[in-house]
Amino acid sequence: MKALALLRNPRVAFGMLVLLALFIAAAGAPWLSSYDPLEQDLLNSFQSPGVAGGDDAHPLGTDSLGRDILARLIYGARPALIVAFVAAFFAGLLGTALGLAAGYAGGRLDAAISRLVDVWMSFPSVLLCIVLAAVLGAGLHTVVIAIIVIDWTRFCRVVRAETMLQKSHDYVASAVTIGLGPGRIVASEILPNVAPLLLTLFTLEMGIAIVVEAILSFVGLSVSSGMPTWGGLIQEGRLYVNQAWWLMAAPMACIIVAVLGLNALGDGMRDEIDPVKAR
Amino acid sequence: MSALLDIRDLDLWLDARPPRRLLRRVSLQVAPGQIVGLVGESGAGKTMVSRVVLGIAPANTRVRHGSVVFDGRDITHLSEAQRRHLLGREIAFIPQNPMTALNPVERIESQITDVLRMHLDLDRAAARDRAATLLREVHLREPEKILRQYPHELSGGMRQRVLIAIAFACKPKLVIADEPTTALDVTVQKQILQLIRELQRNSGTAILFITHDLGVVAKLCDRIAVMHGGRVLESASAAQLFASPVHDYTRALFAATPRFDRPGDELKPIPAALTRRLVEEARVLDARNA
Repeated sequence: MKALALLRNPRVAFGMLVLLALFIAAAGAPWLSSYDPLEQDLLNSFQSPGVAGGDDAHPLGTDSLGRDILARLIYGARPALIVAFVAAFFAGLLGTALGLAAGYAGGRLDAAISRLVDVWMSFPSVLLCIVLAAVLGAGLHTVVIAIIVIDWTRFCRVVRAETMLQKSHDYVASAVTIGLGPGRIVASEILPNVAPLLLTLFTLEMGIAIVVEAILSFVGLSVSSGMPTWGGLIQEGRLYVNQAWWLMAAPMACIIVAVLGLNALGDGMRDEIDPVKAR
Repeated sequence: MSALLDIRDLDLWLDARPPRRLLRRVSLQVAPGQIVGLVGESGAGKTMVSRVVLGIAPANTRVRHGSVVFDGRDITHLSEAQRRHLLGREIAFIPQNPMTALNPVERIESQITDVLRMHLDLDRAAARDRAATLLREVHLREPEKILRQYPHELSGGMRQRVLIAIAFACKPKLVIADEPTTALDVTVQKQILQLIRELQRNSGTAILFITHDLGVVAKLCDRIAVMHGGRVLESASAAQLFASPVHDYTRALFAATPRFDRPGDELKPIPAALTRRLVEEARVLDARNA
């Protein structure tokens, strides 16, 4: 009922559509594409896209080794989506736990966690990411860990502030006066009130994670080369941008649409869930 | 008769530079089954007294002197675990504003059953039955339906009834009510007061009733304590206090109260000279106790 009302917001609807498309692409990749993303066909390299007057067999053309671009894009949705979900989830988990603790306990614990967040955020994130990836070695797990390590602070700051706000509300004092302990109050009284905000943050973080994944795969720190990733596709396409513009344009379009969709979803949900704006 | 709640010479200080004194040697007794009214204007320290008793005084305040004894046990400096055991079961609280005191995202059922399951060790079904009974006892119609509802679906009066049900759920010995009717409109106020009175009679619970409404205490309370500037200026039985108030401030407070039975009377504000005198007395007291 409530979920349907959310979909009436055009931004939420657009975002959900993009997310759904990503899901279908990632899950149904083998059925959706008629080519193997790794299959080379050197006789048919640099085919221009079927939509731009090229061979209809390759709607988005082929790359320097004759691999089908559409197939590579569809398979590229997999690492993007895995990173988006797993990294955003664990960054959210870590940041929320620390944010709740800092916001509810206050005092020294809050000071310690808040200073840690300040110090953490003063590092340039992409640089930190690359250093981390260099230390951990290339791979999808590296991308995920790098995002968690860097972006938990986003969740922590927002959740801390919201927890402090919720804590000042009377219902928390009421919970104290019926004898509930702090762990119980945080988990069953405050967390449900912070949850809508978390959902929004999570969606926005997914968009960020997709961009970071693209950056790291562009510099070759993500999945081993060969397996298609959007960032990797851009990197490969960069070399031939004068002969075959679509090699770079297609994955860029994917990233832009995915991030735009997730941001729209997050913003739309924030607007819908915000009780001040709702009235 | 020994008191159920015995507050003796309580001093509360605010950690600030310089430290500020919020309560000045407050003494107050509540006997079992008694309703004691604590009256005073805004900032008199009424709420601070209740918060010290409940152990939820702000973190930047300290009890520097005196004690709170409940049921023969000093509860001034309880550990958090001990206090958790006491609150909800022996001492319960009715908050001022029913609009914000219920968790907006939780159904009424779990808000009532939380306290029951916490203290009475009931299982889910038994707690639910008990919750429905409690709602019936606070005269809410269709308790089964209300249990499934969220706070925003209830009116202010209904929410206050739910909060009262929560307060009386574990048959506490003492209920502290902090201006429970202030946020409600007048007709609902009266019903809520009747309800509190009725529950108090049935359960024999003692009540510490905090209010600035003299009309309310006159009807409801057995004893009344008058507070100003963190001090209890006068404390007497309700009949005695209204018949022959001793302290000038109490008299001034009565004179400043509108009387519907004497609409022609002029209202007299509390004289500035009296307030100055009270502030000066407090200063002298602080110098002596510092």
